[in-house]
Amino acid sequence: MAPFLLRRLGYLLCLVVISTSVAYLLAATQLRPRARYEGRNPPPPAAVVDATLDALNMNDKVPVLTRYRRWAGGLLRGDLGRTIDNQPVNAEISRRMWVSLRLVLVGAFIGTFLGVAAGAYGAVKQYQWSDRLLTVFSFVVLSIPAVVLGVLFKNAGIGLNNALGFKLLYTTGEMTPGMDPLSWAGLVNRVAHLVLPSLVLIVIAIAFYGRYQRNAMLDVLGSDFLRTARAKGLSRSRALITHGLRTALIPMATFFAYEFAMLFVGATFTERLFGWHGMGEYFVQSVTKNDVNSVAGVTLFVGVLVLIAGFLSDLAYAALDPRVRV
Amino acid sequence: MNTPGTQDTEPTAYQPPLADASLLPEEEASSRLQLVWKRFLRQRLALVGLVVVALLFAVAYLSPFISPWQYNQLDFNAFLEPPGGSHWFGTTQNGFDVFALTMRGMQKSLVIGLLGALMATALAATVGAFAGYFGGAVNTALVTLIDLLMVLPAFLIIAILSPSFRGHTWLIFVGLLAAFQWMVTARIVRGMTLSLREREFVHAARFMGVPGWKIIFRHILPNMASLLIIDATINVSSLILAEVGLSFFGFGVQPPDVSLGTLIGDYAGAALTFPWEFYFPAGLLVVLVLAINLVGDGLRDAFDPNTQGRA
Repeated sequence: MAPFLLRRLGYLLCLVVISTSVAYLLAATQLRPRARYEGRNPPPPAAVVDATLDALNMNDKVPVLTRYRRWAGGLLRGDLGRTIDNQPVNAEISRRMWVSLRLVLVGAFIGTFLGVAAGAYGAVKQYQWSDRLLTVFSFVVLSIPAVVLGVLFKNAGIGLNNALGFKLLYTTGEMTPGMDPLSWAGLVNRVAHLVLPSLVLIVIAIAFYGRYQRNAMLDVLGSDFLRTARAKGLSRSRALITHGLRTALIPMATFFAYEFAMLFVGATFTERLFGWHGMGEYFVQSVTKNDVNSVAGVTLFVGVLVLIAGFLSDLAYAALDPRVRV
Repeated sequence: MNTPGTQDTEPTAYQPPLADASLLPEEEASSRLQLVWKRFLRQRLALVGLVVVALLFAVAYLSPFISPWQYNQLDFNAFLEPPGGSHWFGTTQNGFDVFALTMRGMQKSLVIGLLGALMATALAATVGAFAGYFGGAVNTALVTLIDLLMVLPAFLIIAILSPSFRGHTWLIFVGLLAAFQWMVTARIVRGMTLSLREREFVHAARFMGVPGWKIIFRHILPNMASLLIIDATINVSSLILAEVGLSFFGFGVQPPDVSLGTLIGDYAGAALTFPWEFYFPAGLLVVLVLAINLVGDGLRDAFDPNTQGRA
């Protein structure tokens, strides 16, 4: 099993290198950091602009491959370069990373778990009302853009607060300013802020996973090995869970890595709508500010996220499918 | 992204019946179409979807002739007016008519969806079939291209490229959307081509000296017509959704052009105070996408009644 996992890790690493490099090269050639300095009033002398851009490694007069080499060299030493406002990208990312991760991880794990459960249940109860409900739910949710879903949840939360007469759920920021983040009250406050934005991601993940899990489970339900399991005397639920669900989960593991990338994009929307200062917001700002190094930094972050998710799904794959372990 | 489940076997979620439509007499070919059409008509939801799409299409393009206000007209006597009177969907803060804006946006979204879907499906069919039919170096090059594009995070890449198409035509944006939408289908097409390539009618054509590209377009792709039609339909709705996401952040359609995405982006903040600004474009968008998805689902069942449930 170790060689399999090592091979997969190498492969995933290659993918991250490729996608981050392409993103860097595109950002370095398409974004115009010079415009940000030349547009100042009074316009600084050309030599000053060049010197500043050189220091940031964003001078478009330097060949792009030279800039890429300098950036990649810094990356190997763990240095992502400096933002267009001359702040270290590393500091910015480490400050914002957990804000987004909180959203994405909660969404991914709760959403995947509930989605798998709902999908499997729907397949077992095929064409009964619970199955139809799930099918309609997935169909409708996957037809609504994440933005609209976010606005709906936000306004529903505000409506709920108004109906209750006190603030149960918060709709802006990740915590009320001035609260002690380590105290019990601070923790409760954080959770009250987290509920609505992560609910958006959870709902999307349930719709996505539920739909595929249902189909995978339906394929398994008619199989011979399930009948054999029943014939040897296993109870229906035992046979369905240890033999049916386990097999139906194998193709699902593949989707896990996809789901992470999808949820990151989803988190970009919820961050904007709910006023969280995470990686999604950082990315949008960086593109608008022509901040090449920050854009590359966020792409690397997403790449690593997908790498970890991909590796986790390989682990799950190896654990579920005995053929891999041979 | 390649994971062990999909590495060696091509995804074969959908297998159409292998009848060579191009070789059948005219009559039989048309009777197959009739059969599919009849099966489609039997599905009430899909039919409702089709009617809704057709209606929205008609309303979007006919509205300039029936609406008292145009999308670029300001009404200085009606700022932030709720729906009613001559402003059917109300007005915005500047006095724009929300109905006219929404219809204008829907026109753009529909065009983006249809055009992009056609491009994506055509690209998928061509690349997949060439890779599968010719094999060898062509196959290696095209499969590498497919894998590479699948690795890139589409949303981030299009956002990075957005400053470079600002001020240019929105067609570049449609092309970019399509460029990140075709890879999965191309893999399926490639897998199907691999098996079609060994069939007698393809051999016969090859031995008669028909060039490869002609065989692909005359004999191989017509055999996948059902897959391609379904794929194009599903692509329309995914492209409309992708456009909304990118335009929300200003990475998609650029002003002065209006799309459902830019409207949703501009008025998402007003959803609570001036709901008509947000809920009309957003609601119509959801109805449109739902209807297209229903049609896609119905087509899938009509072309292949053996598929279980909804993939």
